[in-house]
Amino acid sequence: MATTSAPTPKVNRIGLPVLDYRGNKTTLCAGCGHNAISERLIDTMFELGIKPEHVMKLSGIGCSSKSPAYFLNRAHSFNSVHGRMPSVATGALLANKNMLALGVSGDGDSASIGMGQFVHMMRRNLPMIYIIEDNGVYGLTKGQFSATADVGSTLKTGVINDLPPIDTCSLAIQLGATFVARSFSGDKQQLSTMLKAAFSHKGTVMIDVVSPCVTFNDHEGSTKSYKFMQANDEPIGEADFVPSFEDIEVDYESGTVYEVHMHDGAQLRLKKLHDDYDPTDKVRAVSLLMESHANNEVLTGIFYVKPESETIIDQMNMVDDALATLPESRTRPSKEALDKIMAYLQ
Amino acid sequence: MASGEVALKEQPASPAAQKRIVNDFSIQVATVNGSGSQSANSILLKAIFGMGIPVSGKNLFPSNISGLPTWFTIRASKHGYVARKHNVDVLVAMNPDSAKDDTLALEPGAAAIFEASLNLEQYRSDISLYPVPFDKLTAAVCPEPKLRKLVKNMVYVGVVAQILHLDIKAVEAAVRKQFARKQKAVDLNWSAVQAGYDYAAENLVKVDPFYLEPMNATEGKIIIDGNTAAAMGALFAGVTVVAWYPITPSTSVIEALIDLLKRHRIEADGKASFAVLQAEDELAAIGMVLGAGWAGARSMTATSGPGISLMAEFTGLGYWAEIPGVIFNVQRTGPSTGMPTRTMQADVLSTAFLSHGDTRHVLLLPGNVKECYEHGIAAFDLAERLQTPVFVLSDLDLGMNNWMSDPFQYPDKPLDRGKVLTAEDLNRLGGFSRYKDVDGDGIGYRTLPGTDHPAAAYFTRGSGHNEKAAYSEKPGEYLVQMQRLLKKWETARTLVPKPVIVQNGKSKIGIIAYGTTDPAIVESRDQLRSEYDIETDYLRLTAYPFSQEVFDFIASHERIYVAEQNRDAQMASLLKLDLKPSEIGKLRSILHYNGLPVDARSLTEQLARQEGK
Repeated sequence: MATTSAPTPKVNRIGLPVLDYRGNKTTLCAGCGHNAISERLIDTMFELGIKPEHVMKLSGIGCSSKSPAYFLNRAHSFNSVHGRMPSVATGALLANKNMLALGVSGDGDSASIGMGQFVHMMRRNLPMIYIIEDNGVYGLTKGQFSATADVGSTLKTGVINDLPPIDTCSLAIQLGATFVARSFSGDKQQLSTMLKAAFSHKGTVMIDVVSPCVTFNDHEGSTKSYKFMQANDEPIGEADFVPSFEDIEVDYESGTVYEVHMHDGAQLRLKKLHDDYDPTDKVRAVSLLMESHANNEVLTGIFYVKPESETIIDQMNMVDDALATLPESRTRPSKEALDKIMAYLQ
Repeated sequence: MASGEVALKEQPASPAAQKRIVNDFSIQVATVNGSGSQSANSILLKAIFGMGIPVSGKNLFPSNISGLPTWFTIRASKHGYVARKHNVDVLVAMNPDSAKDDTLALEPGAAAIFEASLNLEQYRSDISLYPVPFDKLTAAVCPEPKLRKLVKNMVYVGVVAQILHLDIKAVEAAVRKQFARKQKAVDLNWSAVQAGYDYAAENLVKVDPFYLEPMNATEGKIIIDGNTAAAMGALFAGVTVVAWYPITPSTSVIEALIDLLKRHRIEADGKASFAVLQAEDELAAIGMVLGAGWAGARSMTATSGPGISLMAEFTGLGYWAEIPGVIFNVQRTGPSTGMPTRTMQADVLSTAFLSHGDTRHVLLLPGNVKECYEHGIAAFDLAERLQTPVFVLSDLDLGMNNWMSDPFQYPDKPLDRGKVLTAEDLNRLGGFSRYKDVDGDGIGYRTLPGTDHPAAAYFTRGSGHNEKAAYSEKPGEYLVQMQRLLKKWETARTLVPKPVIVQNGKSKIGIIAYGTTDPAIVESRDQLRSEYDIETDYLRLTAYPFSQEVFDFIASHERIYVAEQNRDAQMASLLKLDLKPSEIGKLRSILHYNGLPVDARSLTEQLARQEGK
């Protein structure tokens, strides 16, 4: 019988085991969609070989915003105030534009209290991945409707929502986000591919992930429940992602697939499942979202992607090094400069 | 006849001419806002400055773009007093709507220069009156009707120069500097000045007692507004990230800063060593400041009252999560929208304790433009050293008006970037606890995102946390953090700028003031001495938390008068929180809060009254 040595853990392309992508034990409810999203983030970053120290995690307030504590412990994280994470992310990226910013928000955090900052982040095409963990309900305060809840959906108490939902994807497309998608926390395959592509994008990535709240919004009558999503999830296309460090093989029938060449050299292939699908056409994407909503479907997939675009960081025309760590010799003007100003003012 | 050769005829027998008042009076120019009088007023101010006479200028303007009354007051003072003078001595009445009221408000013996058609003679016979046909004179030198509104202002500059003996060469120099490389503008404006100057010489007889005579008191001095000075502080502090939302009267801090950064901080490859972003509101502006401060940048914003209110939530996060950031609060008159273009010192309490929960913030209190610059630099060092938001509390009077000053000095010490651990430090230490008081000063060590070490990261949160920055709701761990923050506050007390104390050691009466109340107190102390025989000592606060010197000063006097520009005696209240019960009774207040900059006379009378005189 052969002696067994201690198993070497599987490592990724930068030599790290998956453990280095994990976080603290989750304190969210068992079965919460948010946990599945955290798992997808861990897998994605592990598989892509993203250096944890190169990431900063940002969040607002709510169940969703707690989740950065449950993945990627080796990255700095900032759990800020309710609805205002985009401004914190903006400041952090101005200070250090070389970092990868990963934001996690919720439907309340983005579509209600945070709408102001959400809108302006999109408008600036702030280069970050912004995930809305969307369950249509306020969990931490025990089950009030959020602004993404559908008309007619019910709370456990029987209260019916009368107000139309805000579609964060339509908004994001109109406002200037350059990678806009929707997924379902239960669709491992689709979400993983989307996230991988997101890490290759330069500009605002806005992914709305329907993520059922097992405690307050998973009942009959909810349109954000596992059961409802399993019945009504309507993928717009099928995505396939080839990272920049892998060879691209051509194995598809031309004319049926959109090839998107991502900023970092990766390739995203989007196969049509829907007649009108064109991920480069904003207007069509928005009208598809509106039509599917009218049909009671939850359209998922990558709706819009523009791989090359100018971001607010580009517009700032900053020096190559992070502003945060520039030495004094580059940030404090000389004595001669002061003397000159003083002479002018005399 | 060429300008400079003519001279106004004088009435030698007039009682006014017998007691000449030299270099000690105020001029008020009343115009309509949007009429472009700013250049003319600036030229008057700088010409007086050019004669070597201490001078100050205050713009009293409406929250409006065009059509409402605006007043610019220039004070010449051989004593060097730069506070607002209680009364106006020479009125230049250019605004038909306010002319009657402005004229009626003058004290007997004052002078009024006015558009002849206004017929102000009908209202007063106890002042010197100088009717001038401004429109006619302007039309003669300015063929272009569209420009006449602007050029008319230069005509009054000429008239004022002639009547008050303002050196016409100093006026010419100021005109040339004002319009710099625009020769056509120089020519047009200078001819307007000459037209006014010559008209006055030929047609008016001097009957007022006010004269300007050359002095040598402004040599080497500069003239600058507090907001530009604050922007210079930020520039020389090496600011890198600026996020802001426009609001009067702080907007010009950022506008001046943008100009300075573009001139001094673009590198050889054309790229900027800074980022300035106009945010969607003040909520976002402070969020960006804290995001940038967290990531290691020297970040700042500038705002005023309504913006401060909006920044409350984030400021509490900055205090609790311990993130540096600098906020210039250029105070205006509240509450609510209040009077946006009027001055006040009424954000002291709201800024000191901004946000919910037990919070307190470091305030720097510049008392002059030089300190706007110096505190501007110190604020960044303190914010990073103390890992907390630091506020520079200026006001509209200081920020938006021009003040004389000694030139600013180049900083004599390097930037203090505070306790930041690098990857090499972490290699040596093996790890760190973000919120642990290692050095006994209440300040932990932090790392910046991007630090290339597996143990560099920590979790920043506004929720309960322990020394290791882990989530915690444990009472004991909460107490450790709250008490450490108090210890840090005590450290701050030793690091903030020291108060400025003027005392002879004999007086039982102490005055405490801060910010723009200072120039009024300087003058008021002289008035109290000469008119009421009251000797006072004086301490000028420059920061909160209060240094030990403040408590010593209070302890060594029987009565303390706290002078400030708000209704509720806010700084006195703040002092009382820190004083022993036996000391609290010493504090009395002298207040000024009508939106105008405080004048010495108001303070003198209040203090004398409380002293039973």
